[in-house]
Amino acid sequence: MESIRQIFEQLFGYEWGGMLYTLATNITFISAIIVPLLLGVAYLTFAERKIIAYMQIRVGPNRVTFFGIPWLRGWGQPIADAVKALMKEIVIPTGANKFLFILAPILTIMPALAAWAVVPFSAELVLADINAGLLYILAMTSMGVYGVIIAGWASNSKYAFLGAMRSAAQVVSYELAMGFALVCVLMMSQSLNLGDIVNGQQGDSLLSWYLIPLFPMFLVYFISGVAETNRAPFDVAEGESEIVAGFHVDYSGMAFTVFFLAEYANMILVATLTAILFLGGWLPPLDIAPLNMIPGFIWLLLKIAFLLFFFLWFRATFPRYRYDQIMRLGWKVFIPITIIWIVVLGGIMQLPETVRGDFPLNLWF
Amino acid sequence: MNFQDFIFYFFSTVLIASALGVITVRNPVYSALLLVLAFVTCAGIWLLLEAEFLAITLVLVYVGAVMVLFLFVVMMLDINLEKLKEGFWKWFPLGGLVALVMVVEIAMIMFGQHFSLEEMPAPEPKAADYSNTKELGRLLYTEYVYAFELAAVLLLVAMIAAIALTLRHREDKKTLDIAKQVNVKKTERLRIVSMQAERKK
Repeated sequence: MESIRQIFEQLFGYEWGGMLYTLATNITFISAIIVPLLLGVAYLTFAERKIIAYMQIRVGPNRVTFFGIPWLRGWGQPIADAVKALMKEIVIPTGANKFLFILAPILTIMPALAAWAVVPFSAELVLADINAGLLYILAMTSMGVYGVIIAGWASNSKYAFLGAMRSAAQVVSYELAMGFALVCVLMMSQSLNLGDIVNGQQGDSLLSWYLIPLFPMFLVYFISGVAETNRAPFDVAEGESEIVAGFHVDYSGMAFTVFFLAEYANMILVATLTAILFLGGWLPPLDIAPLNMIPGFIWLLLKIAFLLFFFLWFRATFPRYRYDQIMRLGWKVFIPITIIWIVVLGGIMQLPETVRGDFPLNLWF
Repeated sequence: MNFQDFIFYFFSTVLIASALGVITVRNPVYSALLLVLAFVTCAGIWLLLEAEFLAITLVLVYVGAVMVLFLFVVMMLDINLEKLKEGFWKWFPLGGLVALVMVVEIAMIMFGQHFSLEEMPAPEPKAADYSNTKELGRLLYTEYVYAFELAAVLLLVAMIAAIALTLRHREDKKTLDIAKQVNVKKTERLRIVSMQAERKK
């Protein structure tokens, strides 16, 4: 690494060379995150189709294969889908606002990918180890709604606009509950740094994970995450049977695929964050010999896969929520629960240590 | 000019351009989106000052929540541009006067003795484990706790007032009793009829 830095410094001078070296290494690290992520997205769509198919006693995609290898049948499906989407024309409706119409998918995928910058994959593997990591993620995910709103407006279509309005109201209401659930995690860990949050859950077994003391918050966070990503049963923004396909009804080809990618990248992000915040991130469930030999990265992947399965399971089993029920769940159920839990947790933190016992909390002041 | 200066001038240019755009573009939706851009670039400049909590909160609160609702309203309005421009010259002197007063006030602060460049040098770089979130929290809940609580009460009063102003009881409105819906039992809704299997002859 140091020799590459010296080459840069000789080429561009000391100061600019150093800066450009940082830029080049960062771009390398960013691609090391984004390329596997996009592959994960591709195979998540495949997993979704397969899992839902088996739940509905079907087979799912089982044709496209690589080089005619029979036992890989179906595994080529995401690649074939991607190629199909690339070949298709991007139709821009006549009445649409061209600039915003193209901008909307970009604005959707940007925060979905940018949030990954602060996600720690193991104790050392993190791109940006910043102090305010949790806040950064909240800020990035809250920007995702712009893509949906702009897409709905720029399409100049009533269905798209209705979808955008529904999505905006839904995301804004669930963000509050999500934020409050994160405040509870913050109170437990006393740090906004995601790595420190995982380290705060270190212990002998999974009993020290935040899942145990914050179980209601875990449920609230995960369900709000499902709602934020506009997934079933909260997919009123798309609602095929009501408003055709909602905000992306007028999109085709690659522009549509970018929305699709963003949705699945967001799903993986929510699953990853839930794993990091509540399920101990890269920590093994039991700190004993065979389990803690496995690298932390594998544990994190397993937890993400476990949580992602729930997303697919929800979609296969639950009917879509009615719009007023979604609003009620967000405002009248989740927000009161989270606020009460914050007060309870604050009360426990103020208890003297003799009463509180081993409850994993200590005070700032 | 080092890299930080370059970033500062880049963000400043974008910020000023987008802020100008907010008041000059004709389409109100563009105007709202340019305001979003202004907030984001402003957050970038704050990050250069190592005020990461304020910068991210600016994005979180203003971009993530306030502007979404703003855009929500602007998109649903049917704005007639011709009508809006009608009274421009009539109100120009008053608007100009207000703008002039504001410029003078800002100049008095910026070039005065308290906020000039000599008085306000660039902040010292802090250690890596310094968290200004923690520092802000400590100050807000100890030294400035009364001001903080007052601001909170003020916001609460404003919120209740806004709700009270728009609240109206309609006689003919139809509402759902959610508790009733949730507590419904299978026996009340469903009747299972046993039928003889029929066969076509």
